[in-house]
Amino acid sequence: MTKELSFEERFQAYVDGENKVEPKHWMPEAYRKTLIRQISQHGHSEVVGMLPEANWITRAPSLRRKVALLAKVQDEAGHGLYLYSAAETLGADRQNLVEDLLSGKAKYSSIFNYPTPTWADIGAIGWLVDGAAIANQVMLCRTSYGPYARAMVKICKEESFHQRQGYEIMMSLAKGTPEQKQMAQDALNRWWWPSLMMFGPTDDLSPNSAQSMKWKIKRKSNDELRQEFIDKTIPQADYLNLTIPDKDLKWNEERGHHDHGEINWEEFYNVIKGRGKCNKQRLAARNKAHDEGEWVREAANAYAQKQADRKRKQKGAA
Amino acid sequence: MSNKDNWKIWEVFIRSRNGLSHKHVGSLHAPDAEMAIKNARDVYTRRSEGINIWVVPSDEITASNPDESEPLFTPADDKVYRHPTFYDIPDEIGHM
Ligand SMILES: [Fe+2]
Ligand SMILES: [Fe+2]
Repeated sequence: MTKELSFEERFQAYVDGENKVEPKHWMPEAYRKTLIRQISQHGHSEVVGMLPEANWITRAPSLRRKVALLAKVQDEAGHGLYLYSAAETLGADRQNLVEDLLSGKAKYSSIFNYPTPTWADIGAIGWLVDGAAIANQVMLCRTSYGPYARAMVKICKEESFHQRQGYEIMMSLAKGTPEQKQMAQDALNRWWWPSLMMFGPTDDLSPNSAQSMKWKIKRKSNDELRQEFIDKTIPQADYLNLTIPDKDLKWNEERGHHDHGEINWEEFYNVIKGRGKCNKQRLAARNKAHDEGEWVREAANAYAQKQADRKRKQKGAA
Repeated sequence: MSNKDNWKIWEVFIRSRNGLSHKHVGSLHAPDAEMAIKNARDVYTRRSEGINIWVVPSDEITASNPDESEPLFTPADDKVYRHPTFYDIPDEIGHM
């Protein structure tokens, strides 16, 4: 007699067979919950991620830089929307998602709680922060949940310009005056370690990772992705003639990868807990933007109502 | 936030160029069809991905039930005679 497979076992076998899960399919409640949390946090990160950069749009050093930065920030808004839509296919409610962000209940990537004091930070963000996000998002293009994977494919297509515009900023600063080169170096110093933290805790300390890997939501571990990013970024820093602020960084012949120094995880958890430099500022800015958009939403509602009434009247008259 | 702000969901379909069908690209929220088209333009066609947009209220779409996909679709699986390779035509006839 063959053993009857449970729903969970059948689901696991389906995922193991590299099949995509679609919205109305049966899925374990924990799979749904994990995805809603991950996708909405990812969406919030895109939305909050606009703030540190928006800070520099009006002060970009040239029109070329300004249009690029504006387009990048606009893309991030789009990314947030693709992700919220993907979360909604799992039964999440948009209004709740937005409310949870505004109230501070929801999490977003802590990298966006760091300040952007100089123009070079915009270069470093595009190069490193978008670079790290790309490593993660390229992996997620193969995630098991269809709508999430499709959103990632769209996002990845748009991300590569983000990283290139950032690296180009770093290039012009690194090749500029000694002061400009120093600006670039300082920005690299500021963003290097927080960028490595973007991949999350080390594998031995990220308890939920194993289940996510089993469900093929994640396809690579935090440490694997971090290593990939480090190996890829080092030659890019060398080309800029800038120094990565890690004296323990060295090529490990045996592993075929670079070894790196200890990450300050205390700082990481502090920022997550709300004690980063800009946590309060970011939430305040997001709330302000939302409140100031109230009249736009009201006007859109009024217009929609008016149009609907007019249509109804026309129908009545005909 | 008022309840009125929870605009309904619209599914967005885009024709990337003439000669191709509209293809589903995602969804968005809007208070009416006109705004849905405007939002779709900003959210889904920032890089000339399309030349025409359809928006359909999500709740107007009727979908087949994935749990019933077996009785719905498997009957087609054993009808090999619907495919050209089912028929033996000698090679000298050439392409047919
Ligand atoms: Fe993004
Ligand atoms: Fe980006």
